[in-house]
Formats: sequence, structure tokens, C-alpha cells
Amino acid sequence: MAMELDVFVGNTTIMDEEVYQLWLDGYTVSDAVKVRMEGGVMEECEASADVLLSDTMDQYRTFQMCERLLYSPAKLANQLLFQIPPHRQAILIERYYAFDDAFVREVLGKKLSKGTKKDLDDISAKTNVTLKSCRRQFDNFKRVFKVVEELKGPLVENIRQHFLLSDKLARDYAAIVFFANNRFETGKRKLQYLTFQDFAFCAGQLINNWTVGAVGEQIPTDHQRSFRFYMDVDLDKEFLQELKELKILITDKDLLDQHKSLVCTALRGKTKAFNEMEANFKNLSRGLVNIAAKLTNTKDVRDFFIDLVEKFIEPCRSDRWTAADMKLYLTHYTNSAHILDTFKHQVVWDRYMGVIKSCIFKMFHD
Amino acid sequence: MPGKLKAKIVAGRHLPVMDRASDLTDAFVEVKFGNTTFKTDVCPKSLNPQWNSEWFKFEVDDEDLQDEPLQVTVLDHDTYSANDAIGKVYIDIDPLLCNEAASVISGWFPIYDTIHGIRGEINVLVKVELFNDLNRFRQSSCGVKFFCTTSIPRCYRAAMVHGFVEELVVNEDPEYQWIDRIRTPRASNEARQRLISLMSGELQRKIGLKVLEMGGNAVVGYLQCFDLEGESGLVVRAIGTACTLDKLSSGTPASNACNSPSKDGKEPVFGEDLLSSSGPPTPFRALPTSSSSPPPLSPSKPCSRQSSSSDTDLSLTPKTGMGSGGSAGKEAGPLKTLLRQQTQTALEQRSMFSPTVSDRVFYLQEFPFFTLTSFPPGFLVHVGGVVSARSVKLLDRIHNPALGNTRSYKLLDWNSVTADEPETRDAWWEEIRQEIKSHAKALGCHAVVGYSESTSICEEVCILSASGTAAILNPRYMREGCLDIGIVDHRFEDPSPPSCGFCHIPYDELNMPFPTQLTYCYHCRRQKVPDVLFTTIDLPPEAAVTGKGCLIQARLCRLKKKAQGEVNATAISNLLPFMEYELHTQLMNKLKLRSMNALFGLRIQISIGENMLLGLASATGVYLTALPAPGGIQIAGKTPGDLSNEHHILTIQKRINDTIAKNKEIYQINPPELTEEVVGSPIPEPRQRSRLFRSHSESSDEVSELDLSHGKKDAFVLEIDDTDAVEDIHSLLTDATIPTGFNSCNTEIMPGIYNWTSAVQMFTSVRVFRLSNANLTNQGLNKIFTDLCENLLKSFYFKLRSMIPCCLCHLNFTVAVPEEELIQVAVTAVAMTYDKDQTQEKPAEKPITKEQLQFPMELCADSSSTNTQLSSKISGSLTHFFFFLSARGPPPLPAASVDYGSFADRCSTWLELLRLKAHTIRRGSVKTISSLERSSPVPDGRSRSLRSTRGFGGSSVTVVKMTPLSFLPGTRIIKYLGIINMFFIRETTSLREEGGVSGFLHSFIAEVFAMVRAHVAALGGNAVVSYSMKECVFMENPNKNQAQCLINVSGDAVICVRETDQEPVPSNIGQTCTSETDGAT
Repeated sequence: MAMELDVFVGNTTIMDEEVYQLWLDGYTVSDAVKVRMEGGVMEECEASADVLLSDTMDQYRTFQMCERLLYSPAKLANQLLFQIPPHRQAILIERYYAFDDAFVREVLGKKLSKGTKKDLDDISAKTNVTLKSCRRQFDNFKRVFKVVEELKGPLVENIRQHFLLSDKLARDYAAIVFFANNRFETGKRKLQYLTFQDFAFCAGQLINNWTVGAVGEQIPTDHQRSFRFYMDVDLDKEFLQELKELKILITDKDLLDQHKSLVCTALRGKTKAFNEMEANFKNLSRGLVNIAAKLTNTKDVRDFFIDLVEKFIEPCRSDRWTAADMKLYLTHYTNSAHILDTFKHQVVWDRYMGVIKSCIFKMFHD
Repeated sequence: MPGKLKAKIVAGRHLPVMDRASDLTDAFVEVKFGNTTFKTDVCPKSLNPQWNSEWFKFEVDDEDLQDEPLQVTVLDHDTYSANDAIGKVYIDIDPLLCNEAASVISGWFPIYDTIHGIRGEINVLVKVELFNDLNRFRQSSCGVKFFCTTSIPRCYRAAMVHGFVEELVVNEDPEYQWIDRIRTPRASNEARQRLISLMSGELQRKIGLKVLEMGGNAVVGYLQCFDLEGESGLVVRAIGTACTLDKLSSGTPASNACNSPSKDGKEPVFGEDLLSSSGPPTPFRALPTSSSSPPPLSPSKPCSRQSSSSDTDLSLTPKTGMGSGGSAGKEAGPLKTLLRQQTQTALEQRSMFSPTVSDRVFYLQEFPFFTLTSFPPGFLVHVGGVVSARSVKLLDRIHNPALGNTRSYKLLDWNSVTADEPETRDAWWEEIRQEIKSHAKALGCHAVVGYSESTSICEEVCILSASGTAAILNPRYMREGCLDIGIVDHRFEDPSPPSCGFCHIPYDELNMPFPTQLTYCYHCRRQKVPDVLFTTIDLPPEAAVTGKGCLIQARLCRLKKKAQGEVNATAISNLLPFMEYELHTQLMNKLKLRSMNALFGLRIQISIGENMLLGLASATGVYLTALPAPGGIQIAGKTPGDLSNEHHILTIQKRINDTIAKNKEIYQINPPELTEEVVGSPIPEPRQRSRLFRSHSESSDEVSELDLSHGKKDAFVLEIDDTDAVEDIHSLLTDATIPTGFNSCNTEIMPGIYNWTSAVQMFTSVRVFRLSNANLTNQGLNKIFTDLCENLLKSFYFKLRSMIPCCLCHLNFTVAVPEEELIQVAVTAVAMTYDKDQTQEKPAEKPITKEQLQFPMELCADSSSTNTQLSSKISGSLTHFFFFLSARGPPPLPAASVDYGSFADRCSTWLELLRLKAHTIRRGSVKTISSLERSSPVPDGRSRSLRSTRGFGGSSVTVVKMTPLSFLPGTRIIKYLGIINMFFIRETTSLREEGGVSGFLHSFIAEVFAMVRAHVAALGGNAVVSYSMKECVFMENPNKNQAQCLINVSGDAVICVRETDQEPVPSNIGQTCTSETDGAT
């Protein structure tokens, strides 16, 4: 029975989580009805297709009306239009800001601009995420980015407070914002094997260790200083500058040989891949140190992950290293540098290698 | 200068962006009351402005205080052009005028614009200082409390019920003034909103004055309606029941037993533990329950049954006395006597009030009508049946020289030319009420309870309808001689147990107003009862009921030729009786099919459209133990010779029998088998109500021979002789079954469910169906209309499935024909969960509380001679038909109504005529449109329940529950904060952009809810009870991308606490978080 008008409004806003998910996933009303019918909700409650359609339309309308409140979730708590119990508000927000890993993987590191938005239909086709859902996710990224971009203080905390997200989701958004801000290249074919969670982990490492906020331990009281200490959307420029000093490890031949012998001594007999490690040591070391030295270039920052893969992970993989080999090697590689008498940049080295180590562990898939 | 109104504008938030350039707003606020306006400073460039204004003070008459709303307008300052209005808030300050209600209004109000909807919020503080003693006012009626609740509000005690009050005011509709052509839609809408607000205020004030004159202090069951008569104007009318209410002090459990049949009802008021809680400030509950010991608190006379000394106190209890132990003690005298008498007869209970009667000063009242639907036990003696009257009137244009002048909206002065207008409308209603009164009299009753009035308007034709339940109220409460039915006395001497007494016939069985079949009461065996009982009231909580109840609806469409003026009115009047008759037959069939014998809360609505009439009757069916078991339904063919037909009939018969058996199971109707007892008086025409017998003699003679296995008595016979009839019966049988776990009713109380849990979900649903097929038949229309209603119910069940087990209570359907091809159905109801395991547990014997018993009243006695001819018009204890036509009178009279023909004559033969006609017209089929009545246990009581409470985290918004019932399960109302009566208009010129008509109305209804909640929260409340949406007028013009909607809602703002709590939940105005959430979603 086709209605000219059909509305149902509860004093407490009625929301069905299943329908909400379908709405978020960008299903049209008729598709959503089909999905629900297949889900068996009809038999459960002796409903007809008409009832289901009417219910779905009502819910879709409700969600559309709620949507503008979800743009700034804090409003949801003190708006008067919808009476929604708090636990339900939390669900609404969390689900609205949830995203598909497949989708985010496509836009990670891209500029969150109109240009990218225009490509969403391609991404939609590629990832099988509906265009509507892609747009929502993209707009969420952009909205979060815009809000926290200029904010002082820890990135994750800012996101959590402004968007009332769970810790996990806030961390993921921090990664997205961080990647977007630094425009890390993630789309190259060689990087395709990496998941969003791999990158999110790396982003966490970078945020925690390589940004300005990372070193500002003490909580500054005045805002001027906090600006300096707590901007962790950008990499710490001073640190990047200092990384150039590490070049000595590969430019000073003695140092390089010394480093190699230390590492080889430590590794001998502990791994099957020892021969390859020994043979490749100089190449690998050069690769890692060169990455460090080039990070002052924005362009090279963007290629950070590509470089890691090309200069380190791929050679290792072609030599059939195992993950354990990798761990062993990197640990000794890092630690041995401390024993080098003439190497004075221990602090920078640790700050650099700490992150590199964990990133490579994460990125090295067996 | 009796009052000073003070207002302070604190802050705004979430304001819309008014300046595109800066994406900000320079907001300021104008505060207007009457003709005085104040302004705040401009708060530049902020969407969350902090004004923190000084206190704006208005020195005004109390009369204005009652009439006018405080008008708060938020504007965007613009240096170069005119300031743009952001939106407005109208604050009704009436609740502040009553010292028992709210003391301050403070909170966030949605800023409302009739074009854009809610645009941010504003925080306002309002206080009133009244200079004089309230009781001295007579121009105004400050201090009179208003309640929408149609029972004695909990936490009050009725010291006296004075009776019917009514008033109406008339004005031009601003929408139809010439100026409307040149002003913006916004200005027009605002003018209308403001005018209606003013008129409501004035109406309330006037009713208040009447109440004061009668010596009362409150109006209960206040029902206010708008008639948008279009060009002929705007009528705001209200009816209510004047009472003198005493407040029970807040420590007292507020359960007024007459309407709170809580499972442990005796505990709050009469539990033994109460003995210990005595003390000077303690009110009633502290009284001992034993009659032998004088009440410790009573400084007055000893309370023996005979002395019942409180006679004068009862009627004129000073307001101040109610909280004090002293007066409580005095009044408790009879009460405690009563407690002892629970085992004694009802007669004796009543007798203790007898001395009070003669002393009392009675006000003569013209109409012994009561808008209440629920009464204290023992108060309602007998119920006669439904009485109703309808009248078709032609609205005439106002010949008003003032029309066209830009008059102020305060043109409600009676000197203006429109002044005679209300009198015309008054006269119309007067006629109807007289009719109702005579019908009641014909039923042997002296009062009408559950009384309500309504209108349906289409173009210039208007149907006025009134209905109620004829009843006999306890005569001991009434003035001598007020009963003009002199015969009844002996019946009152008979003790009737409260569980069945109201079913006993009030009329003389030898001189019955209509033919019915009487039997001795199946409960007490002493008095006669009818076979079926229809009423408009709620099921009395003490009534003995078998099984559960369910919603029963009869639905009907009738096509009508388009016509104008008088011709149209005549056509409508001619159709009305047929519609009523068919609706009634449908109800009867459906009732039988469910094996039930009584209807409560019956509401018959007939709406007119240009080319059709819609009829919808809703009621809650129950099986009253006192009434005989209903007979079955028998199918009969008209052509008995046809073998295939015979076979077909047998099949149908079997299905009907199966359905009845199934329904008995569903509704758990297993009445104890009684030995066949004598049928009462000789009954000439036993089943007169069902006109579709083969013949009357046949049915009456053969009943006993029909073996239908449903009852010992005659079955209801349906005759089928054509395919239409077969379809009808099919549809009757293919009733959608109610899903397991659901129940439904349209009353407050549902038998069979006693243990409500606290989850409630109030909802409003509106559907509009466009008839696409131009050549629709009555049959096709009926099908569409029925499907429309059924699908609505199905949708509710589906949406609320997470609340199972749950009952949809107070399902209130409103139908309208907004345009030629459109049918609109609006429903407001509440879903309440209950604990399934104990549904069958009947509450323990309900004690009678003192509040209930001290319930004297003034019934008006109209001893004018009975309108004898009317008896013939009453059909059973059911609806009867009455109609007359008003035609346009001679030019000088705005609308003269002319009785068509000599009415009495017609009516005497009316039923005969009708029977004949119906046969001709419909060839003998019973119009049994399929129904989807859902069975539902009727709640009879509520148990205390675990209320799921959930803190509203960091939210600053008070949770406000809403319900159309007079209570919230699991809670106790500790304070009534005043009446909520709000009228909103919303209009759009960008319908598509707002999501089409559905999107538009959806957000409007949500906005209305939000504004109601905000006002309640600002009064310090956390719930609205007796909420109803009185009006929902929706108009669209999709071609122009426009739509407009008017909504009028009302209810009582209250503070309620969990039943277990003694102290009120802290619900500080506006910024509190109350720890309740509706559990439903």
C-alpha cells in the first residue's frame, strides 16, 4: 500500500541497529528492505513487506535528520530534538565514524581534497563499498582532519574529545589524519600488501616518537609553549635535521666495517640466513641510513614506506629471511651501533631505529 | 496591578549561521509581554551567545497574565538592513500563577520558526510575583488548576466534584484576513499561533472563573479543541469537570485509588505500616485503619459512621487545610470507617455520606456531565450505555464590518460584531447537550460520564458530535429531588458488589427504553444486567473481568456526491445514521467473534470529506463476568435451497466457530459455566440491535434451538445472499492476528496485565493515503480504509518488537479527509512493557481509599420534564442516532439552525425505517469489515516495577517521559506543574528539500515533542501524563513544493519519582539529568 505520507515518531527515538548499519553502508531503501527480508526479521514478527518498507523509510529519515548532529557529536548530547539514551548516542557516533579498511586503504595518505572526492566512484567500484558510504567516510576523515589540524595537544586525545570516539577508533583517526597531513605514499603497487592496520600501527609509532609532541614530556601550562610541545600532527623538524648526522654510519668506511663485524659476530650461528645477512649488510645499512638522512625532504617523507619496502624489506624477502631473522638482525644492528666508539648520535639513533624496527616488524609479512 | 512578571535571558546555543560572510550570528533577544517589549544587548559574532541580561520586569494585570504568553524573539542584528528574526519561543506562564504548581520557569527552550523549524536553543528564566491574595480575584481566575487527566489526579483528593464547565471563544482566523495576502507566510503563521495562544489563555481564564463561581478550585478532564472553520472563523472551545481538589502532601503516596489500581494498592494508603508513620504533618496515610480507635490526629468530632461529621468540611474544605494533620484527621473519619467496611456492603459504605447530602449547598447545574472517565469505586452506581448526538450545521460567513481592519488580536471583546458568534456556536452545542441529557434520561440515568465533544469540518459543513455514557452516580451525593427518575430508589437499596454493580441496568425493566435481553447478573445474581454493555469510560478498576481485553475497531467509508451548502448538509445527515448503524453492527460482530460482551472507551469518529464520509469506532472489548456469555455468530443463506451455497455457508460457519474458539483461547476467556438461569423480563425483540436477522420472530423463537456451541443463548445471525456479503464475512474472519507478546487497548486499564515494568514508549504516527482509483465503490474504499488502519497497527507491532511482552495502551486513532482523494489517519499511543510471568496474577483485593470515598459531588439536577420522545431513538445501550440539519437561516442571522421536520415523530419510527432502508440498500449483508482488532489484556493494575534507570552521562538534557495515560508505570506522581497546551504551525516552501511530505511532518512532530519536553523540563518536571495530540491538520501542495501543518498538543506536566523512592528525584530545572530513559527502542 503506497502511502502519500507515512511517519512514525517516538518520544524516545527508535533506532534499529541493523537498519542503521544498512544506512551507513549506503544501501538504498529498497536494497535495505531486501537485506532485512533475507535476514528473516519478517518471520520473526509476522510482518509484511509493506511494514518492513515503511519501517525502513522511517528509520532512514530519522538517521538523515540525526546526521547533521553527528557532524559534531558533542551536540548530540545536548540537543533537544531527539531524545536518545546515552548508550545509544555512543553507538550512533561510533558506528557513524567507523570505516571500511578497504576504503581507507585507498585514500590513506591522499590529500583530503575535492580532487580526491571526485575519485570516490572509482574507489567505490574497486572496493565494493557503496559510493554513499565512501562519501560519508571520506567526509568524516576530512571533518576530523579539519578540526584537529590546528589543535594543540595530543592528537588521539583531541580526536577522542571532539568526536567522542572510542580509544581504538580515535587512534585510527589519528593515523588517518597523520597520513593525510604528511601525505605518505601508500598506494604504490609494492605497498599493496600492507593493510590499514599495518599503517595505523606505523603511524602510531611515528606520532609517539617522531613528532614534536612526542618529546614534550612535561605538561606545559601556557598555550604558547604547548603549541611547540604538543603539535603531533607534524614530524619534529629538528629531529629530521639531526637524522642527517647518522650518515656517518655509511660514509665512514671504518665505522661501517666495524658495525658490520659487530653485527655479524652477534648473529653468527643464530640464523640460517646468516650468509645473506653478511653479504647484504652494507646494502641494507645504507638503505636505512639513507632513508633517515633524506627525511628532511618532504618528498622523501612521502616515500618513507616505499623506501622501507624497497631498500630493506624486499631485499630481505628475496633472501628468504624469516620474521625471526628480521627481528634478530635489526636488534643487533641497532644495538651494535652503541658499541661504536666514534658514533656519537646514540639518542637520535635510538629514536630513529626504535620506530624503524617496529615499523619493519609490522610491515614484514611472512 | 496585581502581578509582576520577570524574565531574564541567559544564553543561547546552537544558533544558526545568519551571516554568511562570517559564518556567525550577531544575536539579540526581544522579550515581549502584552504591549511591552524589552531588548537585550547584541552578542556579536557568536553561535553560542551569553546575554546574561538583567531582569526584565513587566507590571501587568493578572487577567493579562492568564491570557498572554511571554514572547521571546531571537533576532540577528544587521547594521544596514532590517534585523532578521531567527525564531521565537512562546512561554505560557499560567503554571506560575498557581501556588501549587511551578514556582519558576527556567531552562533551554528550542527557538522555533514556523518556516525553518527549530533553530538553536535559548536559556530563559521567568518568575511571577503576585501581589494580592489569589482568591480575591474575580476578573481573573489565577490559582484554578487545570488537568487534562480524566480522573482525579494522583496526589489530590476530590473534596467535591461540582460538575460540567464549558466555554468557547471565537475569532477571525488570521489566515483568512485580507492582510494575509500581503504579509509573509511567517507573519501569518505567527499571528495565528499568537492568537490561538491568546484565545486559549482567555478560554482557560473564563472557565476558571466559572469554577470559582461554583466554589471549585480545579478543572479535571479539561478538553480544549480548535475548530478551524476557515473563512467563518476560528473557534476555541473547552469542556471540563469542575472540582474542589485537596492536595495530599507530597509525602503521601499519591496513588489516588480511583485511578491507580496499583498492585499493592493498599500499601501506599492503607498498609499497616502506615500506622507507624503518624505525626502532625502527616496526611491521611498516617491514619489508623481501625475504626474503633479515634484518630490520633483528629482534633474534631469522633469519627463514627453515623456522625460523619465532616459534612461541611467535605464540601468546603479550605485549601490550606489539606496538608495539616487536623483537617486530615477530620476527613479521615468516614474513611477509616470504611476500611472496616470492606467486607460490608456497598450500600453501607455509601450510607455514611448520607448525612452530608442534605447540608450541602448545591449549585444548580444545567448539564450533569462529567468529562471524567475513571471514578472512585462505589461512585458509579449503574451504567446505562452510550449516548451520543450528532448535528450537521452549515457554517456561515461572518458578516463582519470589522473584517479587513487590522484589528488587534485581542478582539475577543464582546462588543465587537463577532460577539454574537460565540452565542451561535454556544447554541449549537447547547442543543446537542440537551439531546445527550434527554438520552441519558431515557436510559433512566441522571448523569453522563466520560463525556466528550468533537467536530469535523469540511468546507462549510460541520458535524458537531457529543458522546458519553449515561450513568447513575451515587444518589447519596446528590441533592434531594435531583433525580427525576423517581423509580430508582429501590434499586439503590439493593447492595451491589462493586465488581458488578455498575453493570446492573439503571432503567426500569418493565419500561425499557430500548429492547434488550436481560438476565440476572452472573456475578451477584440479584439484579438484571443487559447482554451487552457499551461505554465511553474506562473499565472501572474493581470490575470483575474474565480473561484479557483487546482493541476493537469498526471502520467504514461512505461515498457521497459532491455538493454545496444545504444540499451537502442534507446528504450528510442522511448518511450519518447508516454509518452509525453499520459501525455499530461491525463492533457487535467483532465483539462476538472475540467472545466478549462489553466495550469500554468507545469513541466513534465521523469525518467528512468532499466526496466521502469516514467512520471509525474504537473501543476496548472485554468479557465482564457479570454479563452473560455472548452467543455465537450464525451464518444464514437467503436461498436455503441452493446446495452449493449451503455447503459454502457451512464452511464459513465452521471458520467462524473456529475463530471464536481460538479467540477465547487467545484472550483467556473461560467463564465459569453457569447453570442456565432465567432470562429476565419478557423481551419482545431480543436481538433488536442486529438488524440482519432473517426475521425477528424467527431469531427470538429459534434461538434456543440453534446449537452453536458458543453459548446457551441465541446466536447472532448473519445472512449472506450475495458475494459482497461473503467478502465481508471473509474479511471479518481474516482478521490479522495480533503477534504473540503484544496486547492492545484504547483505555487506560487493561485487564489481565497487572505488572507493568517501567519501559514506556509514546509515539505518534501519521499516514496519508491517496486514493488513486477514481471509480471507487464503498466496498473498495472500506477495504482501503481497513487496510490502512490494520497496516498501521502491524507497523507498530513490528517497530516495537524489542519491547515484547508489551501492551499498546490508549491507542487513539484520528481520521480525517484533508483533501478529496486523501485519507489521513493519525495515531498516538504508548507502548508499555510488562512482566510476562505474572500477567495473570490479579492484584489483591483493592482497598478503598479515603480519597475515593470522600468524593461527594454536586450533580445537577434538572427536573425538567423528560423528553419523552427520545427514548425511541436510543438503540440499545449503544449508539443511537440523532441528527438534524441546520440550514442557512434568513440573512440577518449568521447561521440559523432549523430542525428538519418534527423530529420526534421521525425518530420514533427511526429504527424501523433504518432497518428497512438498510435492507434495501445493502441486500442483507452484515457489513463486517475485516478487522484487526488485537486482543489485549486490559491493564487493571500496575505493580511496582524495577525501573531500568540509566544515567544520562554528561548530557545536560532532562529526560522527559510522555504518555497519554494518567500515570507512568513504576512511578508515583508527586507534583502537577500545570497544563501544557501548545499550538504550532509549520510551513515550508521547499518540501522536496526537506524530504518530501514525510520528511517534513516527521521533523515537525519531532520538533513538537522536543518543545513539549523543553517546556516541561523548564517547569521542573520530568514527565507529561495525559498527553494527547488534539489536532494535526496537514495540507500540501506538491506542485508548488509547499506544505503546511498545524499541531495542537496538550497534557499535564508532572514530577514523578520511582515508586520506591520517598524523595523526589532531583529534577532541577533544566539542567538536571534525571536518571530515566525510556527503555524502548
